[in-house]
Amino acid sequence: MTGPETGVRTTDAAAGAALTVPAAGPGSEVPETSAPARHRTAALWARYLGRRLVGVVAVLLVIILLTFLIVRFVPGDPARLIVGMNATPDQVEQVREDLGLNDPFWQQLGSYVSGVFTGDLGESFVNKQPVTEMIGQRLPLTAQLALSALAVVLVLGFLLGITAGMLDHRGRGRAFTSPFTAVTSLVGALPEYITGTLLVYVFALSLQWFPVQGGPGFESMLLPALAVGLPPAAVLARLVRNETLTVLSQEYMTTATSKRLSRTRLLLRHVLPNVVTSTLTLGGLLLVALLGGTVITENVFNISGVGTAVVQAILRSDYPSVQGVILVLGLVAVVINLAVDITLGLLDPRVLSRRTS
Amino acid sequence: MSPRRRLPAMLVTGLVLFGLMVALGILAPLIWGDEADALTADIRQGSSGAHLLGTDALGRDVLLRTLVATRLTLLMALCATLIAVVIGTLLGAGVVLAGRFVRGAGARTIDLLVSYPPIIIALAITAIFTPGVVSVVVAIGVAFCPQFARLTNTLASSVSARQYVVVARLLGSGRTRLLLRHVLPNISAPVLVLSSVGFATSIVSLSGLSFLGLGVQQPDYDWGTLLAAGLRDLSVTPVESVGPALAILLTGLGAGLVGDGLAKHWEPRQSVRPPKLRRSRGRQLTVPPVSTAAPSGDREVVASLRELQVSAGGAPLVRGVSLDIAAGEIVGLVGESGSGKSVTAMALARLLNPSLTWSADRLRINGTDLQRADLSAPTSLATDLGVVFQDPSSCFNPALHIGTQLTEVLRVHKGVPRRAAEKLAIARLREVRVSSPEARMHQYPHELSGGMRQRAMIAMALLSEPRLLVADEPTTALDVTVQADVLRLLHQINTERGTAMLLISHDIKVVSALCHRVCVMYAGRIVEEVSVADLRAGRVHHPYTKALLAASPGEDADRRTAPLQPLGGRPPKPGEVGNACSFAPRCPLVMPRCLEEDPVLLPDPDGGSAACHAVDSELTVAR
Repeated sequence: MTGPETGVRTTDAAAGAALTVPAAGPGSEVPETSAPARHRTAALWARYLGRRLVGVVAVLLVIILLTFLIVRFVPGDPARLIVGMNATPDQVEQVREDLGLNDPFWQQLGSYVSGVFTGDLGESFVNKQPVTEMIGQRLPLTAQLALSALAVVLVLGFLLGITAGMLDHRGRGRAFTSPFTAVTSLVGALPEYITGTLLVYVFALSLQWFPVQGGPGFESMLLPALAVGLPPAAVLARLVRNETLTVLSQEYMTTATSKRLSRTRLLLRHVLPNVVTSTLTLGGLLLVALLGGTVITENVFNISGVGTAVVQAILRSDYPSVQGVILVLGLVAVVINLAVDITLGLLDPRVLSRRTS
Repeated sequence: MSPRRRLPAMLVTGLVLFGLMVALGILAPLIWGDEADALTADIRQGSSGAHLLGTDALGRDVLLRTLVATRLTLLMALCATLIAVVIGTLLGAGVVLAGRFVRGAGARTIDLLVSYPPIIIALAITAIFTPGVVSVVVAIGVAFCPQFARLTNTLASSVSARQYVVVARLLGSGRTRLLLRHVLPNISAPVLVLSSVGFATSIVSLSGLSFLGLGVQQPDYDWGTLLAAGLRDLSVTPVESVGPALAILLTGLGAGLVGDGLAKHWEPRQSVRPPKLRRSRGRQLTVPPVSTAAPSGDREVVASLRELQVSAGGAPLVRGVSLDIAAGEIVGLVGESGSGKSVTAMALARLLNPSLTWSADRLRINGTDLQRADLSAPTSLATDLGVVFQDPSSCFNPALHIGTQLTEVLRVHKGVPRRAAEKLAIARLREVRVSSPEARMHQYPHELSGGMRQRAMIAMALLSEPRLLVADEPTTALDVTVQADVLRLLHQINTERGTAMLLISHDIKVVSALCHRVCVMYAGRIVEEVSVADLRAGRVHHPYTKALLAASPGEDADRRTAPLQPLGGRPPKPGEVGNACSFAPRCPLVMPRCLEEDPVLLPDPDGGSAACHAVDSELTVAR
């Protein structure tokens, strides 16, 4: 998984050096027919995915262990916290028994893990609803918000960034550069809960174009999606602008220019794939960070997704619900990271043969 | 880092903003602490003279509460940042100094942790402890540890590989000593930058958790809880949200600016402006320059260029170059780097960087007029002209298959169907002796060796059967063995297909081996034009050309690394050229006239031409 600092921008020369199959001399890179070439690509993919899957499994195990440990780490007696200070020792003991807190550590871990794999995450302390059921009900709304925000981030980020980069490259954007940097820095620094509050005030309370309450459907989802998506979109736009400028100054763009292609073709075929690749390498974390923004924004717009559920659960010491939601969010983060890595591999075949990730 | 250098405006603004906030944090609770808690009957009031930012649900003044909350918010953010910096840095740097296994596994673990949203880690931690000041600080501090661990890990890995650390290790320094004395001091600058940014993030995240109700609990309050109260009252008193929102923003912005400013301060190269270039105020030349165009016999001219001028921000790079290339002719353009030879070639091919300005009295290729700089080049140029670039490793788009790139011009401009175009491309790849061409079509550029890529580049340039090939240092980036191969290939193409070529090189031997005619460039001008027979026989006139020949070793020596040792001095920078002959400072034959008047190209008795007063007067005497 690639993050901002180690996502080293690889120039072609550097990539050449990092190849596992060195292209040293004329004789060393000879797949005689196209069939071995395809096999080699398949082998590269298998190794690339294999390495990532090992990471995924490791992270999943760590997440499962950590969510299990949440309850073990609680200072004092979780059972006492649940039943309250006025409960009798018998009641506390009953709860301890129900939670399995009296079992040995390994047995508790074992039953938790097997529960996770059979989809049994326990019952809420508050209303006895199975946690799996609660998540099943709430996750679709969270997913809808996160995906809408993702759309906002990608569409705005790439459109603005590429436009700004192209303008700047042709020397027409000089007047436009400082305002662009200023606005994107400011918006990028806005926390979701402030963006959300501002959007609610302007568009829901003052103009009354959209409802205050978030929910399913375009109208009730637009403001929350903007609240989550605008700040990362601004950060992404800056990133894309820089990457566009870098790509446009590469020598292969001169080659492409020498082909006198239409502007659209130049942009879509030659610029975009490379910009997307380098941006994803650097900005993949932005997409994962959307999850955190979603959790917070659900609470601003009172959306009944897992984000509001986890906050309520924490406030009520409803540990099974907390564990369940954090487990699921962790799972989603892992899936997003994997999706980013696979997209990178599809877009830029060089990452397949890069030794370190 | 010079101590006198002015601090970046960003840093100053950030520090001022930040300083104000710190002052507020210290003073506000002392001055307004009690007043901010005073309950009044004026509940949920809008902005007024008495309450500039309104009052909350209990009638307390929001402005005062915002100001007083500064202390708690800043203190919490400070503690959280400290936790993150200390634990993160020790973790990241410690892993580097540990054994090999821990180093690898540790770096990988940190990578995985970084790719996990901090806010969710923070939620898990607040769930363990009951919500409150301490738990939220610990939560945010721990949640941001991985970021610091990642940075210090990356930095410390590079530092610990440096010689002085290796030496210290060999001298028996312990791990702790290594860490404290050698590694940490050398990575402190970037860590400090990240700390400022981390402080900004902490403010925002802490306030976020408080906003959710998971942070500071009543009766304490920070900006996050104030904002949450503001959101509850948003429909009644919207002004209530303004204070805390602004406070969070400004502090976050201030800390962020300090971080960015520090980064800029320590890495000044980003902000250095290009030095101002002196503009030459030279006299206009009165003698019309002789064209270097000497198309042998009556052969058709494929490319024609007159009086090309190219400049970068007012500094001239090319100063009046004229050039004709006849069908089937190979013209060489030699000179040191910076002499303007590549710029000339790129201008001819209409591939100049858009930031350069250019003009020419004439620019025609294959009969098409390309002289108007304001019009984009016609698509016919894609098929009339093939271009081979210097570095084959960077001239193919890394994201596209070789085949896709090779066939693009045929498919787009000539409407050749994909299959047919691929067939042609495979045939052409075979002609330039690329092994297993069918397989290459489905490979990516990085899967080919440098020599193969350059052959593929030549195949691509030839695919639309252009009449002119512009080759800009086609062999410079290649191994010596491959160089000769590529030159042979170019020669073969010229003899078999009659393709005219403009060959750019800094290597006079390469040029004399391949070309029919050679133009020598110096400081943006052609100073001598000579037939290759004369060049090989040493019948050159301009002192610069003579120096170039004298400086290049015989056939058996390594041609690539041969330095121009005997030629002292350096060529002038663009903008340094005045009225004088640009070669005068390095010229053994310099005369007073050379410092007053820039010579123009004049024909010499051998059929070539040279731009030199010394040559000119010598010839005059001879006559």
